[in-house]
Amino acid sequence: MPVSADPDPRLAQYAHPDRLVTTDWLAAHLDDPNVVVAESDEDVLLYDTGHIPGAVKIDWHMDLNDPVARDYVDADAFAALMSAKGITPQTTIVFYGDNFNWWAAYALWVCSLFGHADVRLLDGGRQKWIEEGRPMTREVPQPTPVNYPVVPRDDEQIRAFKEQVLSHIAVQGKLVDVRSPGEYNGEVTHMPDYPQEGVLRAGHIPTAVSVPWKRAANDDGTFRSAAELRAIYEGEVGFAPDDDVIAYCRIGERSSHTWFVLTHLLGFERVRNYDGSWCEWGNSVRVPIERPGFPVRP
Amino acid sequence: MRAELQEIVDEFAESPTSLRLPLLLEFADGLVPIPERIDASQFEQVHECQTPFFSAIEVDGDGRVTLHFQAPAEAPTTRGYAGVLQQGLNGATTDEVLETPADFFVGMQLNELISPLRLRGMGAILARVKRQIVEHQSS
Repeated sequence: MPVSADPDPRLAQYAHPDRLVTTDWLAAHLDDPNVVVAESDEDVLLYDTGHIPGAVKIDWHMDLNDPVARDYVDADAFAALMSAKGITPQTTIVFYGDNFNWWAAYALWVCSLFGHADVRLLDGGRQKWIEEGRPMTREVPQPTPVNYPVVPRDDEQIRAFKEQVLSHIAVQGKLVDVRSPGEYNGEVTHMPDYPQEGVLRAGHIPTAVSVPWKRAANDDGTFRSAAELRAIYEGEVGFAPDDDVIAYCRIGERSSHTWFVLTHLLGFERVRNYDGSWCEWGNSVRVPIERPGFPVRP
Repeated sequence: MRAELQEIVDEFAESPTSLRLPLLLEFADGLVPIPERIDASQFEQVHECQTPFFSAIEVDGDGRVTLHFQAPAEAPTTRGYAGVLQQGLNGATTDEVLETPADFFVGMQLNELISPLRLRGMGAILARVKRQIVEHQSS
């Protein structure tokens, strides 16, 4: 039976209010058999130090990425993952995680590639749950395995590849770079305090505007109001909900957060995440790069 | 490599894959808090790490090293790395620390579990400790 949306009036301001849940709603649905809570973190050990009671762990590196190729898991591996976590196609998955739901949004986006219908984010993520003094446990649930059907991954709707980005910029398509300003301006090739990931060139994809992903979040981890988000993405950088928008970052995780904001909070109809992102673009031969103080090359 | 550190590396390598992360968590939980005698101004931030992470060393009269680390609870992987180095190298001579191979952690076989990029944090912490020892020796 479908799980009804969180009726909290604060969520009604967003385009798809059923894609967010509040901590209150989640606390009341921890025992709902149709809801699976999934934690996805940047730190692979964080879940193990304590998580929301009953929550399963979905790790971006081990569970969602192909172990060999730079790609996501295939349909068989995804079905096996869902089955092991006790998730059926009818299950409501509520994702939450550390660092402003960065990786939770990434996991949600990957599930969307496989067309999982009911995926939601916990507004405020792990941070808000903990700050409100809600229960955490180290007890790892043992879900009863189910048989999730093998559903092909659809890379057409919400994912973009390098060749598509090249065609997109050739027609001055809308592109948002969600990395830090230093990365966008080509001063560095990685985030402040993060390790270098082996990118050879610095700058950004021509036509891309800069909106660092975290601008969409409040300090407590919740999303900014719809009006504030519209002021940024529609007012400041001039996107419109019917624009064809591609978002990118460094390896496609921060940009899945922005994908969520544009798609589900503002109701943009055609947003794709270019997961190759700067790690691919900045290493590719003869793709155009824009960098302040230099003409666009080649 | 110092025997105590080698034992830890072997313990990881010999553990089934599914038990390596829980083992790293034990090291994270076992990280010794920085004693009060250490002046916070001695802490040095390891910028290669993703989270606020600080390290300091002490060298006693016999040239034996004590490692001190501070990392937040929200960064258990970093705490785990620090715990491994602390347990493996505390009480070592400065030479033993300096002779630790920069890629000693490869043998722990965490690469299936932790992305290669994040794994390098372990090497960054060791590199920082070594540099602090060299600075201590030349001061």
